[in-house]
Amino acid sequence: MKIHEYQGKEILRKFGVATPRGIPCFSVDEAVKAAETLGGKIWVVKAQIHAGGRGKGGGVKLARSLDEVRQHAGAILGMQLVTHQTGPEGQKVRRLLVEDGADIEKEYYVAALTDRATQKVAMMASSEGGMDIEEVAHSTPEKIIKVFVDPATGLTDAQATELANGIGVPAGSVAMCVDTLKKLYTCYMETDASLAEINPLILEGNGNIKALDAKFNFDSNALFRHPEIVAYRDLDEEDADEIEASRFDLAYISLDGNIGCLVNGAGLAMATMDTIKLFGAEPANFLDVGGGATTEKVTEAFKIMLKNPKVKGILVNIFGGIMKCDTIATGVVTAAREVKLSVPLVVRMKGTNEDLGKQILKDSGLPIISADSMAEAAQKIVAAVK
Amino acid sequence: MSIYINKNTKVITQGITGKTGQFHTEKCQEYANGKNCFVAGVNPKKAGEKIFDIPIFGSVKEAAGQTGATVSVIYVPPAGAAAAIWEAVEADLDLAICITEGIPVRDMLEVRNKMKAKEAAGGKKTLLLGPNCPGLITPDEIKIGIMPGHIHRKGRIGVVSRSGTLTYEAVAQLTEIGLGQSSAVGIGGDPINGLKHIDVMKAFNDDPDTDAVIMIGEIGGPDEAEAAQWCKANMKKPIVGFIAGVTAPPGKRMGHAGALISGGADTADAKLAIMEECGFKVTRNPSEMGKLLKAML
Repeated sequence: MKIHEYQGKEILRKFGVATPRGIPCFSVDEAVKAAETLGGKIWVVKAQIHAGGRGKGGGVKLARSLDEVRQHAGAILGMQLVTHQTGPEGQKVRRLLVEDGADIEKEYYVAALTDRATQKVAMMASSEGGMDIEEVAHSTPEKIIKVFVDPATGLTDAQATELANGIGVPAGSVAMCVDTLKKLYTCYMETDASLAEINPLILEGNGNIKALDAKFNFDSNALFRHPEIVAYRDLDEEDADEIEASRFDLAYISLDGNIGCLVNGAGLAMATMDTIKLFGAEPANFLDVGGGATTEKVTEAFKIMLKNPKVKGILVNIFGGIMKCDTIATGVVTAAREVKLSVPLVVRMKGTNEDLGKQILKDSGLPIISADSMAEAAQKIVAAVK
Repeated sequence: MSIYINKNTKVITQGITGKTGQFHTEKCQEYANGKNCFVAGVNPKKAGEKIFDIPIFGSVKEAAGQTGATVSVIYVPPAGAAAAIWEAVEADLDLAICITEGIPVRDMLEVRNKMKAKEAAGGKKTLLLGPNCPGLITPDEIKIGIMPGHIHRKGRIGVVSRSGTLTYEAVAQLTEIGLGQSSAVGIGGDPINGLKHIDVMKAFNDDPDTDAVIMIGEIGGPDEAEAAQWCKANMKKPIVGFIAGVTAPPGKRMGHAGALISGGADTADAKLAIMEECGFKVTRNPSEMGKLLKAML
């Protein structure tokens, strides 16, 4: 689960990391009022969307007067902000963060994430702050340094100092940087984050270290023990169909193709999508109905897939293990009738009670096309939509 | 022979009294030598009781001590699953198989590091399979986990995969063309897990009763590439490889917590290329895994 920058900064402050003072706003008037409340002479007006690259896309502006705050807030609020992470359609800006302007001497990058290979927490830092870190990793990998942290010991002073020195923090600010890194680590662990990134972490003219941005991802498996983080969820930033699907415990992701697929198991679902592509078409979605594919779940899955106007055909691929094929077949037939299915449907069922399942599909009188293998199913649906 | 488990393996079920644990324990008991293999269950509140004639003990240690079991299978719900793994490790079992899906990553990080620290201090090493996996099976001998037993057939092909249903897909293809399996292992879809592709490939390489292997992976993480590099230098048996997720968009979690492309060499295309380079027969058509393997024998 992702959150907004201003929410991330709230979390960082809770763990003692210094950030600029700022106020989240939902309207232009609120933005001007926020600037007045903050006082000072320079403010930053920042678009709040769940995607990086906001500055380059025109979503972050410096204001030197309240008029400029009003002007920038007006321009940014409601805009379709396009960044390298939003896709070409962009994301509508509904929230702003108005912040104190910062006195930036130097920009760094720091982040915490879980490293699969070492099974430890990787703390990363770079002297090249404010840039796209993937770009830094690609062109100057030597400028990213990492330490790997055993959760039993936590980030040690020695490790944090290695990072601070490694990215060239001046001697007088190393202690504060070490402190910030240790707090970031604690914050990462205690909130069950899967990514906690500060880019940039800045050195101010007075030698202080501050988090100028905050990006968090949280482990969805751990949200059950973090109601305070679930409260940060912003449904406007998520795909409406994916939200709907999650209510029925379906894992759904919309894609760009025209063949809807309904599969049990994440791996088989990906393999089915890949097979559709192999035979010349593109999948319209990823949809894993999971182990207990009841009639209700299958019906909801059909409804969600068919909401997508691009869908010209549906491929159902079920490996009946514990869930029997006849149960699935009944679910498919009921669902197809309930949604008055009008696009071609290919069903491939394998496993327990396979023959019974096929008979149910046949007896239904519905124009369901049957297939024996994943490849045959993909070929048939691709042919049917052409 | 087979890898990790056989008809003489004695198994403890942690979470035997829950709905999932009960359901699958019954299925496992019904399979091949299951009646003799599943010897104990654990639930501190129901110690002394029985379920399907299986005695329930208060702890894994006690269950192992009383029955001689060396393997446990875990169906404990996510919030307590990592603690259940640790209990199996502290009882010095040979292997813990964690079926549970949805365990917080932090819990897995903590328990994996505790396991490594125990080994480093000279303690007994307990292998972990999973979490979020279907388990493993040695056909006609023993099934530990949630896979449908009847699709398997005894034979000489090994199968290893991160995905449950894709494992079944490969197994069914093999069975259909008359090739049985020595063992089929689901290592699970989570980012922080126990046995990896490389470990299972080593075991298949050492198993005199495995002639060839189907290795199935997916997007995300370095494991398949690591296994491929090891195989290039050491594997003496033919391998068919498939990676799911060629069509997966970057940055999206595709069902499995571990299936997320985070940039670089963890795309399906990159992994397929490495596997091919390392001597695997790779395919982009998952329907022909069995057929390709047969052609290599």
